[in-house]
Amino acid sequence: MIVAEAKPISEILTMVKGLKKVLVLGCKGCVTVCNVGGAKEAGILASSIRIAGRKEGSIVEVGEHTLERQCDPEYIDEVKDLVPLYDAVVSIACGVGPQFLSERYPESRIFPGVNTKFMGGAVAHGIWSERCAGCGSCVIHYFGGLCPIARCSKSLMNGPCGGSSHGKCEISKDVDCIWDMIVRKAMDQGRMQDLLEFRPPKSWTTARDGGPRRMIREELVK
Amino acid sequence: MSDYKAGSNLEKVLKAGQFAFTGECGPPQGANIVKLKEKASHLKGCVDAVNITDNQTAVVRMSSWAASLLVQQEGIEANFQMVCRDRNRLAVQSDVLGVYSHGIRNMLCLSGDHQKFGNHPEAKNVFDIDSIQLINVVKTMRDDGKFMNGQEIDVPPKLFIGAASNPFAEPYEFRVFRLAKKIAAGADFIQTQCIYNMVLFRDFMKRVVDMGLHEKCYILAGVTPMKSVGMAQYMAKQVPGMDVPDSLIKRLKGAPKGKVGEEGIKIAVEQIMEFKEMQGVAGVHLMAIEWEHRVPEIAKLAGMLPRPTF
Repeated sequence: MIVAEAKPISEILTMVKGLKKVLVLGCKGCVTVCNVGGAKEAGILASSIRIAGRKEGSIVEVGEHTLERQCDPEYIDEVKDLVPLYDAVVSIACGVGPQFLSERYPESRIFPGVNTKFMGGAVAHGIWSERCAGCGSCVIHYFGGLCPIARCSKSLMNGPCGGSSHGKCEISKDVDCIWDMIVRKAMDQGRMQDLLEFRPPKSWTTARDGGPRRMIREELVK
Repeated sequence: MSDYKAGSNLEKVLKAGQFAFTGECGPPQGANIVKLKEKASHLKGCVDAVNITDNQTAVVRMSSWAASLLVQQEGIEANFQMVCRDRNRLAVQSDVLGVYSHGIRNMLCLSGDHQKFGNHPEAKNVFDIDSIQLINVVKTMRDDGKFMNGQEIDVPPKLFIGAASNPFAEPYEFRVFRLAKKIAAGADFIQTQCIYNMVLFRDFMKRVVDMGLHEKCYILAGVTPMKSVGMAQYMAKQVPGMDVPDSLIKRLKGAPKGKVGEEGIKIAVEQIMEFKEMQGVAGVHLMAIEWEHRVPEIAKLAGMLPRPTF
């Protein structure tokens, strides 16, 4: 899933400063699962803005609503009568949500309420970790099903750098050295020879380096 | 037509079967040419080539190619270092052409310290290619006369290709294989990480020799003399991938007051003497960090002088 974290409330209050009517818009997708942008969080953020607004005497009304998903025009359409009633919308979906809203409602002001972090999952309650860099051409089968592009700090493809220590990355003791995991798994499986092969430079044309991406599946295009 | 791949002094020394001795010099954090030349001057005549580091520890310094040229103007052969952190494949290849055009003949291919360690941690890193891929790029440019995209190069750059090896980083079992990958990718010589744990290094070299890697590539053992107990403790605790045994720290602590540096040099000289006899070791890479002026003394004590000339 896409993992996000709440923006500091002060940052959101700066965005909505001086506005009279604000809508907080949640999403039932990934951000609900990672406890940052669902109906519950929309309610909490709306209350916080309300309280701050009351203190300042500016904001008179903060609405809240949560969509099935904000990455789908069909659901974005659902709020077509609601959005124009507000001076601004704070979307607490991932970065996709506020952009779909901005494109669908060009007259409205749309603000991001979260920082979108990465594609990953929860490794323990309250702890999320990155797994995929979305490079557009998956190669993890060469590395025991583990991704050095996303999970090695240097995206090394031919083995661990000299900074790997006690299974941790040189940048932080909180970051696992993925190459340590790749090598140990290969040794355990008796497949070390897989790692001895030279991996040539990757083509980044399918990654963000190739420009903003778009995918078309002809059979689904109406 | 010579039999040399690049014809650098370092290559000639190694090919002649002489025990090589290389040094290191970090470019200044500024355009202080005087300081750079002063530091490098101590190494002249004492070593076969001088590594010019590339924004080492991710701290911005004068570019390694520019400092390499300045050092070469002083009659000292440079070993131009390049890290993958700061350049994509366009910049990599154009810099290779650039340095070769200006007379650089040695190049050390590195991944580079993560920018988190440096003085611009907010930077975006590149890592378009990794260090082993970089080795292969430089080799392909030299031997096949081709860019990464297969296009012919109009006058290919002929560089003597170096790479680093850290026998002490984990997973330890993989280190000799990573070295083998670097050699297979095209490394002509290897300079190792600073060695302090001689027990582990002897074991590493035994594996290198058993695999016959020393016959495919020249291996230079890395030596950095300890200047103080504080430096040893810092390297033991703070520098990733560094293995500093307690016994070494103890020995430095046991040195008479004001004589710790001398003891550090003594240890370094002892190491060099052992490397000279160690099977598979073709030379020593001396990284006397901000201690360039002590290099002549170390070279003399270790019996490395005079250096061969060609």
